[in-house]
Amino acid sequence: MRSLAIQRRVIWALMMREVITRFGRENIGVLWLFAEPMMFTLGVATLWNAAGFNHGSNLPIVAFAITGYSSVLMWRNTVGRCTGAVQGNANLLYHRNVRVIDVFISRILLEMTGATASFIVLLFVFWGIGWIKAPDDMLLVAAGWLMLAWFGAALAMLVGAATTYSEIIERLWHPTAYLLFPLSGAAFMVDWLPAAMQRVVLLLPMVHGVELMREGYFGRIVRTHYDMGYMASVNLGLTILGLLLLRDASRRVGSK
Amino acid sequence: MIELLSVSKYYHTRRGARLVLDKVSLRLERGRHLGILGRNGAGKSTLIRLLSGAELPSSGRIHRGMSVSWPLAFTGAFQPHLTGIDNLKFVCRVYGVAWKPLLPFIEQFTELGLYLHEPVIHYSSGMMMRLAFALSMAIEFDCFLIDEGLAVGDARFGHRCHVELFEKRKDRSFILVSHDPGIVRAYCQDACVLHEGRLLHFDHLEEAYAFYDSTMQPAATVQFD
Repeated sequence: MRSLAIQRRVIWALMMREVITRFGRENIGVLWLFAEPMMFTLGVATLWNAAGFNHGSNLPIVAFAITGYSSVLMWRNTVGRCTGAVQGNANLLYHRNVRVIDVFISRILLEMTGATASFIVLLFVFWGIGWIKAPDDMLLVAAGWLMLAWFGAALAMLVGAATTYSEIIERLWHPTAYLLFPLSGAAFMVDWLPAAMQRVVLLLPMVHGVELMREGYFGRIVRTHYDMGYMASVNLGLTILGLLLLRDASRRVGSK
Repeated sequence: MIELLSVSKYYHTRRGARLVLDKVSLRLERGRHLGILGRNGAGKSTLIRLLSGAELPSSGRIHRGMSVSWPLAFTGAFQPHLTGIDNLKFVCRVYGVAWKPLLPFIEQFTELGLYLHEPVIHYSSGMMMRLAFALSMAIEFDCFLIDEGLAVGDARFGHRCHVELFEKRKDRSFILVSHDPGIVRAYCQDACVLHEGRLLHFDHLEEAYAFYDSTMQPAATVQFD
């Protein structure tokens, strides 16, 4: 039997270890955790702004880019951080309290903390200088964000666990993530697409999360298409699959 | 008490599954010092990994009625870019122990001085070993797992390890795994031999040494059923 207190302690220890390892103590240190995703989002916002990339709609481009690109970070970076996480940390398992799932949870939490902090800071900064308006319905934005977080966490466990079986999975993930980005709803509203295309992109669970966030952010000026029941079902399915695969992967540690 | 019940471990290799441990059973009471002798490739490290919980058995059960250490002076779990102090903090967090009260002991034992605040990637293997051993002593366990290689380091370090482990902590259980009968003779009351994946128990220590000696003979002359 293992208490929740031990698990919390172990996850905290792993997160601290990861922060120092990845960002060090030089210059801004731990602030890189959200400075890094922030730079990506800022870059994308600048590019889209310069290119007038709003498909002729009247949506404010900066807010559109921030809500869109931040959502991509939630699933893409989280999964990326969990590929190869088992092999890379096998030696930590000599400590009885450390389990494979703790390594995953700590990495997922860290990535999400960074993405969330970057999202909030950017919103505050641009709102402060008057480039964007405050969200129409904060709760809806948070709900969409949480659904995306759930999706990212489940996918990270599934893909991360799968990489322990074959390195091919990791190689396949990179092009998959790259190709999913333009389809993920980050760069478009579902309503802008022809009906046939809408049906296709709505198969992707993250599209529903981004749509919900955008409805929360922009309110009535956008028409959104989402089905939270569908997204929750897919998330649940991925979570169960991910946990099962992770359990099996933990048993195989060291067995190559 | 620690108990292994018919524990087997397979590894998947390119030539199919390979049986490394074959229905190994053992029982260790609190305070007993058990030596496990085995030639290179006998499965000693695998047994240590299973005992420490780093890996799970393919079949069989492991029951741990007392707290079991990670392999003593194990440096593999160090993160190269963390400092000695960072690694101490990590281990303390994992085991729920305050690190500050331990600092004087770590400083005095490792004699690393300012290097404790440097990333361990800059350490020599001797410095690594001193830090690893000190960390092993920082957390208290009922049972210590000792993989061979304690002989590393100079005589002074060897003596201080001996004091910490076999004098100050002689009331604890030890599982000492080695290919060197001399070490087992010096520290253990019981001995087993790990041979071709099977763990053989003996009523008398001398029988274990005699059998182990026989396994060291050239293959053609080794005979057992």
